Amino acid sequence: MTEMRYRDALKLALREEMERDERVVLMGEDIGVFGGAFKVTEGLLAQFGERRVRDTPISENTIVGVGIGAAMVGLRPVVELMTVNFALLAFDQIVNHAAHIHYMFGGQARVPLVVRMPQGAGHQLGPTHSHCFEAMFLHVPGLLVAAPATPADARGLLKAAVRDENPVVFVEHESLYGVRGEVDETEEGVTDFGCARVAREGSDVTIVGVSRMALTAERAADQLAAEHGVDAEVIDPRTLRPLDLDTILASVAKTNRCIIVEEGWPHGGVGANFVALISEQAFDDLDAPVARVSGADVPMPYSKPLEDIAFPHESDIVRAALLVLGRDSSAASIAPTPAHDGERDAHRVAPGAIQEAMPRASR
Amino acid sequence: MATSALPDQETAREWLAAMTLIRRFEERAGEMYARAKIGGFLHLSIGEEATIVGSTRALRESDYLVSTYRSHGDALARGTPPGKVMAELFGRADGCSKGHGGSMHMFDAQRRFMGGYGIVGGNLPIAAGIALACDQRRAVSLAGKMNVSIEGTNADGNDEEVTLCTFGDGATNQGTFGETLNLAALWRLPVVFMVINNQFGMGTSLARHSAVTDLQRKGESLGVPGMACDGMDVLDTHRVVSQALAHVREERRPVLVEAVTYRFRGHSMADPEEYRTKEEVAQWRERDPIPAFGALLQEQGMIDAAERERIDEEAVRAVDEAVAFAEESPFPDKKSLYEDVYVLDHQIHGHYHGTPRAPASLDGALDTQARAGGDGQ
Ligand SMILES: Cc1ncc(C[n+]2csc(CCOP(=O)(O)OP(=O)(O)O)c2C)c(N)n1
Ligand SMILES: [Mg+2]
Repeated sequence: MTEMRYRDALKLALREEMERDERVVLMGEDIGVFGGAFKVTEGLLAQFGERRVRDTPISENTIVGVGIGAAMVGLRPVVELMTVNFALLAFDQIVNHAAHIHYMFGGQARVPLVVRMPQGAGHQLGPTHSHCFEAMFLHVPGLLVAAPATPADARGLLKAAVRDENPVVFVEHESLYGVRGEVDETEEGVTDFGCARVAREGSDVTIVGVSRMALTAERAADQLAAEHGVDAEVIDPRTLRPLDLDTILASVAKTNRCIIVEEGWPHGGVGANFVALISEQAFDDLDAPVARVSGADVPMPYSKPLEDIAFPHESDIVRAALLVLGRDSSAASIAPTPAHDGERDAHRVAPGAIQEAMPRASR
Repeated sequence: MATSALPDQETAREWLAAMTLIRRFEERAGEMYARAKIGGFLHLSIGEEATIVGSTRALRESDYLVSTYRSHGDALARGTPPGKVMAELFGRADGCSKGHGGSMHMFDAQRRFMGGYGIVGGNLPIAAGIALACDQRRAVSLAGKMNVSIEGTNADGNDEEVTLCTFGDGATNQGTFGETLNLAALWRLPVVFMVINNQFGMGTSLARHSAVTDLQRKGESLGVPGMACDGMDVLDTHRVVSQALAHVREERRPVLVEAVTYRFRGHSMADPEEYRTKEEVAQWRERDPIPAFGALLQEQGMIDAAERERIDEEAVRAVDEAVAFAEESPFPDKKSLYEDVYVLDHQIHGHYHGTPRAPASLDGALDTQARAGGDGQ
């Protein structure tokens, strides 16, 4: 085990996979000479040369398409898109092509391609640079979707992604690049897709946190334990396709209450999908409706106080937990901060999530 | 016609036969569509046969071809059995894409026909990517390590493969056209971009959709030199595409070839053709590439009238057999609905599909497919 940053864990995975397999090539805007917009690929050009670490023109759709074609005839390309927002320009190649080629050509061609992209709010970049779109990719059959929250999973999942025969959308988080954590640098550290991580065991309520929200959920769980005597279980699904629903359902069977936390928009979001799955398959286990805590249903604003209330924080999760547990949230001993003006609730909590949870949970 | 030199007799006969097969196949496909044997869209290549045969006959077997949704002819020209193409149109299990693709999504990995793509302009980056992989193998010496993904192809390339990418005049207005030509020129990728200029994007004429109508020039500012050929003349098309391929193979930089042609039928089957006159179509039909080439060969004493007749009969027979094959082929098993969504791998666990509750019609097939523990297929 070695402690390292999320960013360095990603780089380690790329370096190891490139050393292991000559077919692995990197492509992306400013990944070579510049070292990557978030410095994930820094140093790899010097080690592997221009043929395997390729700076590309600013042509997202085409870069992904080139990765697809190269993957179809035997390379293992890893394409970096500077942020998830720019991935929208490549939606045609990701959805119409990468995801569908194996199916629409009757299994004759494979697309072992990884498309990496960071997402997330918190850097005051406004509406074109701050969103979370894992739900959009989750929607698409044919894609695998990974969203590592820890350095260990950053390395572990990226290595698994490079080795997989399917196209993988690999969603990183801009706020996590500097986060440190222990990383198992052996083969054992490769993280299989479809295996959730139980980040914290508990018996009172299940909190599922996606991407960065897994970490926020862990901190909220600590707060719930310390201040409210609530023993929360925190689950990080790690991959959204495939999804380790079994681990989530087993937890819900134990706690009978569940909250889904995501940074993206509420409508058609990851949480909406999980709520559907859980209520379809574990309805009888539930003592309260599954609650969602999501990003606000708005384009991400620039101004700091506005941005701050537009994505979930620990206090939101604590409040949601108290609600699904039937406790009066107004009794919660959360210190009010500017970010906690009651006003925002009307805008940012998924419609019908916490509000609806309240009356029923208190039955 | 023809200032270009004629190939030897056997080759010339084969070209005529290949064009005739495409013509007869497409005509029959149109009939089958009218009889509701074929669903969806059906884009025929009637009138454009010289562009298909002229270009594909300039390819080596090891070269790759990437084309569009108008690609029955491309598959046939590369040697895909007509029965498998017709079965795909019929949506049958023996179709070349197992009934998952349809008219717009033909594929034959073994013959290095890397697809039929339904998105206008979507195929250009993919072709560049294939060329990149070929180039990479040559430079980094990955011989023997690549092509793992294509079953049945010769595992080792010859390090000389070139990719031919065809698309329509309308596709030259897509972002991928500019993006891909720039990138291919920048990275010196061995790819020939070939615009099949049939002078319409659906119902919009070239002059109404492109500010520059001399399409061979459209790559100039992107570092891709252009060439043009007469797409109604199989000899001229073959000559120019051969030059382009040789140039790309040696110089290792892309070339844009424009083939001027005309489609005799509507864009797809549902096209009242109000955007052009009957006279215009009739004028172009006079330049029909198949009788023109047949007459030339006869004139040159390479074949006689009886032989031309025989070629046509062979094509009709092959198409008859293709229809019979397609008719006999079963519809895909309902269980195959979930096949090939993913390559199922040992390291993948968990649920791929949103819910394991199968629609009743699936006979519970989804239950096993929903979890991919490696045993799903
Ligand atoms: C991205 C996209 N936009 C629109 C269409 C609908 N469409 C199919 S074919 C076509 C015309 C294309 O014309 P051209 O590129 O000249 O090819 P042709 O059909 O003439 O062979 C259009 C608009 C599509 N398939 N994909
Ligand atoms: Mg056209």
